Amino acid sequence: MTAVPRIIPGFKLSLGYTISFLSLIVLIPLFALFVFSMQISWSEFVQLITGKQLLLSLWLSLRTAFTAALFNTLLGGVLAWTLVRYRFFGRKLMDTFIDMPFALPTAVAGIALTAIYAQNGIIGQFFAFKIAYTPIGITLALLFVTLPFVVRTLQPVLQDLPKDVEEAATILGASRMQIFIRIILPAILPAWIIGFTLAFARAIGEYGSVVFIAGNIPFKTEILPLLIVAKLDQYNYVAAAMIGVIMLLISFTLLFIINIIQHRLARFGS
Amino acid sequence: MQPVLLAFRLPAAQWLGRKTALIITALAAMATFSGANAATILNVSYDPTRELYKEYNQLFAQHWQQTNGENITIRTSHGGSGKQARSVIDGLQADVVTLALAGDIDAINSRQTLIAPDWQSKFADNSTPYTSTIVFLVRKGNPKNIRDWDDLVREGVEVITPNPKTSGGARWNFLAAWAFAKAKYGSDDKALAFVSEIYRHVPVLDTGARGATTSFVQRGLGDVLLAWENEAYLALAEQGGGEFEIVTPSLSILAEPPVAVVDAVVDKKGTREQAQAYLQYLYSDEAQHVIAKHFYRPRNAAILAQYPDRFPALTLVTIDEAFGGWASAQKTYFDDGGVFDQIFARINE
Repeated sequence: MTAVPRIIPGFKLSLGYTISFLSLIVLIPLFALFVFSMQISWSEFVQLITGKQLLLSLWLSLRTAFTAALFNTLLGGVLAWTLVRYRFFGRKLMDTFIDMPFALPTAVAGIALTAIYAQNGIIGQFFAFKIAYTPIGITLALLFVTLPFVVRTLQPVLQDLPKDVEEAATILGASRMQIFIRIILPAILPAWIIGFTLAFARAIGEYGSVVFIAGNIPFKTEILPLLIVAKLDQYNYVAAAMIGVIMLLISFTLLFIINIIQHRLARFGS
Repeated sequence: MQPVLLAFRLPAAQWLGRKTALIITALAAMATFSGANAATILNVSYDPTRELYKEYNQLFAQHWQQTNGENITIRTSHGGSGKQARSVIDGLQADVVTLALAGDIDAINSRQTLIAPDWQSKFADNSTPYTSTIVFLVRKGNPKNIRDWDDLVREGVEVITPNPKTSGGARWNFLAAWAFAKAKYGSDDKALAFVSEIYRHVPVLDTGARGATTSFVQRGLGDVLLAWENEAYLALAEQGGGEFEIVTPSLSILAEPPVAVVDAVVDKKGTREQAQAYLQYLYSDEAQHVIAKHFYRPRNAAILAQYPDRFPALTLVTIDEAFGGWASAQKTYFDDGGVFDQIFARINE
C-alpha cells in the first residue's frame, strides 16, 4: 500500500497527544485499579460476587440507572424539541437551566431533592406513597443528574435538520406521523441513543446525590457504589477495588452493546 | 523606543522592582521568624470535635507561649473518623490524631507502622482525655414516652441511626443497644433478637452521624435519634432547644474517643515535644472545663461532678469489659458476614 498523503497535517502529533492524554487521565488509573484488585484471593472473590447483598445492590443500580436514562430519553427529547423548534419568552434562560445539574455539586442536589420529596416535604406530602428513601427516589436523583445528556446531544442534530425536507414531505401529502418516523427519527436516532448511553453510564456510577435520598437499607435501597464506600470504611481496599472493577466491566459491556446497536442503526438510517 | 513611552514605563518598573524586593524581604523575614520561633502542628480529628478544638487550640497556644515562650500554630482537620484515618494512611502529615474510636487509630498502621502499637498506654485513661455516651434525642414532650432501650422496639416507634458499616458513631449505637440487652436479658442470643428488633424499626440508614441527625431534625423522620451525648447537645443548641429533648437511658456504653501522637510524622518534622504536650494538656483542669463546655464528659471525676445536670449518672459499660476491645468487636459484629450483616440478611429473608 502506498502512503496516502494526508490532507490535514499533524496526524502523528495529534495522535501522540491523544494517546498520552488518554493514558494519563483514563487508562493508567483504570489499569492501576485493575491490577490492585487482582490481589484478591479466589475464595474471597467468589464470596464477594455471590453475596446476596452485592447482587441485589447491583440489580438496584442497573435498574434505577436504566429507568432514569429511559425517562430522560423521552423527556430530554421533548425538551430538546421544544428548545429548538419553538421561539418563546424565556427560551434562552430555560436553555441555560438545562446545564445546572452539571454545575451543582451532586450532594447538594441529593439533599435538596430529599428535602422536597420526603414525606414532610413540599412535594412529597401530596403523594400517597413514599418517594424519598425508595427506589423511586433514587431514580429521581438520577433523572436530575443525567438530565443534560440527552438534551445536549439532540439539540445540535435537531438544529441542523433541513426544514425544506419536511416541507417537501408535507406538500407530497405525508402525515405528521410519517414525517416523524420516516424523516426526523432516522436523522436523530444515533444522537438520541448516544444521549441515552451517556445518561445510563453516568447513572450507574452516581454516588453523591443518591446516598442522601436512598435510605441505604441493605437488600432494599443500597446502591452498588455505597458498598464500595462500606468496604473502604472497613479498610478493605482490595474488595472495594474489585467491586469497582466489576462495575466497570458491566458498564463497559453494556455500553459496548449499545454502541454496536447504534452503529447498526446509523448504517440502516443512511 | 519612543521617549514618552520610556518615561512612562520607567517609574512603573522601578516601583514594581522595589515592591518585589520588599515582598521578598518580608517573606524572608517571615521564613526566618517561623523557622526559629514557631512550630505548626496538625491535628486530624473527626466531625463533632470542631467547636471543642477551636477553643482548646487557643487555650493550648496560650499555655505553650507562657511556658515555653514559643509561638505555636495548630491546624485541625475534621471529617468522618474512618475517612480521616484513611487520609493519614494515604500520607496526610498529621502530628496527632484525635478520632472517634480506637479501631480507626489502629487502622492507621494497616499499611505501615506510623504509630507505636502500644499508643493507647501512652496517655492516662486509655489515651482518652474525654468520653461520651450514647443517648436518645426525642421530639419535644417525648410523645412516644421513650425512657429506655426497650421502649425502642415498641409498636409504632421509629428509630434513626446511621449504618454501622460506614459510620463509627453507628457502631457505638449498636454496641450500646447490645450491652443493654445482654445486661437485661442475660444471653447473646437474646441480645441478637433484641438488636435485630431495633433495626426492624429503622426506616433509613444514613452513611454518617451528621446525615442521621439531618434525617431526624430536618426531615422529621423517626421518633428517636440514637446519638452521642455531645452531638445531641449540639443539635439542641442549634435548634434553640425548642423542638427536642434528651433522654438518658439506664445503661449505655462509654464512648472513648482516643488521641495519639503519630510517631513517624513528629520524628520527621521534629515536633514530638509540641505534639506530646498538646495531647497531655487535654488532661489539665482548664482543658477539662473546656471539654465539659463542649458537651464531652471530662475524665477528671471531680470536674465531671461539677456538671450533674449536663451529664446525668447512668451505668456505663466499657468496650473492653463487654466486648473485649475494638478489634474483637469490629470482627464479630461489623466485618463482612458479621452479626450486623446477619441481622439484615435475616430481616430481608
